[in-house]
Amino acid sequence: MVMHTPSQLDATFAAIADPTRRAILARLAEGEASVNELAAPFAMSQPAISKHLKVLELAGLISRGRDAQKRPCRLEAQPLADASKWLDAYREFWEASFQNLDVLLDEMKKGRNPK
Amino acid sequence: MSVSYALTLIAKGDDEIVVTRTFNAPRQMVFDAHTKPELLRRWFGVRNGWTFVICDVDLRVGGSYCYRWRHEAKGMDLQFRGVYREIAAPDGFVCTEIFEEPFHAGEAVNTYSFVEENGETTLTISTRYPSREVRDMAAKSGMETGLNESYLLLDGLLV
Repeated sequence: MVMHTPSQLDATFAAIADPTRRAILARLAEGEASVNELAAPFAMSQPAISKHLKVLELAGLISRGRDAQKRPCRLEAQPLADASKWLDAYREFWEASFQNLDVLLDEMKKGRNPK
Repeated sequence: MSVSYALTLIAKGDDEIVVTRTFNAPRQMVFDAHTKPELLRRWFGVRNGWTFVICDVDLRVGGSYCYRWRHEAKGMDLQFRGVYREIAAPDGFVCTEIFEEPFHAGEAVNTYSFVEENGETTLTISTRYPSREVRDMAAKSGMETGLNESYLLLDGLLV
């Protein structure tokens, strides 16, 4: 198949391919947080976390507050929901099709080896 | 009762989707089911009210295919077409895929490979997508999927 992914989806998938970034997103799903708060559960320096945040921000998955000191991070839900929906439709297409195909292949095998 | 194996679907890198599925049938049979219109019509994309209106396949390098489905109740058609670039029956084939209205126009490249082991055939379909302009599609999709659900789903899908 079949459905073309636009580059927003490409960016989303690239951004969430990393487990640390997925953990950051899961944390932000509970509410906004500062870089320090996000870094706390990870064995990572603040600059390393900031790098991940930059990737997430460029992909449009999070936004940063204006407050120059704290710059709290917050989740932007739409791109993830889009990615999920797109993959859902894709999976549904193939699962339904392949279940039909299982039945057809059985028929073909019976036709080839009549009992 | 036919055997049904699980489907795996993985988003790989930033431009590829890989689907893998095993079938309880020899390779030539599975290959035929993916390349002969009279067989494709019986299974491919036929679901939830969608039926084939066009299923044309010209299986040769440079030959084209066209699939079109209709959903009467929704009053919708769905079509895609493309050109075969490589064919190595029954090992696999490579084709382009041009996806049309109502979705975004563009071209992807699909690589189908069929591997037989102990009378069963594993199909891997890799689809490489072109880069896309950023906004067009996002604007087309109004999404309501719950966020937590999305995480669970994406966690399961991504490697």
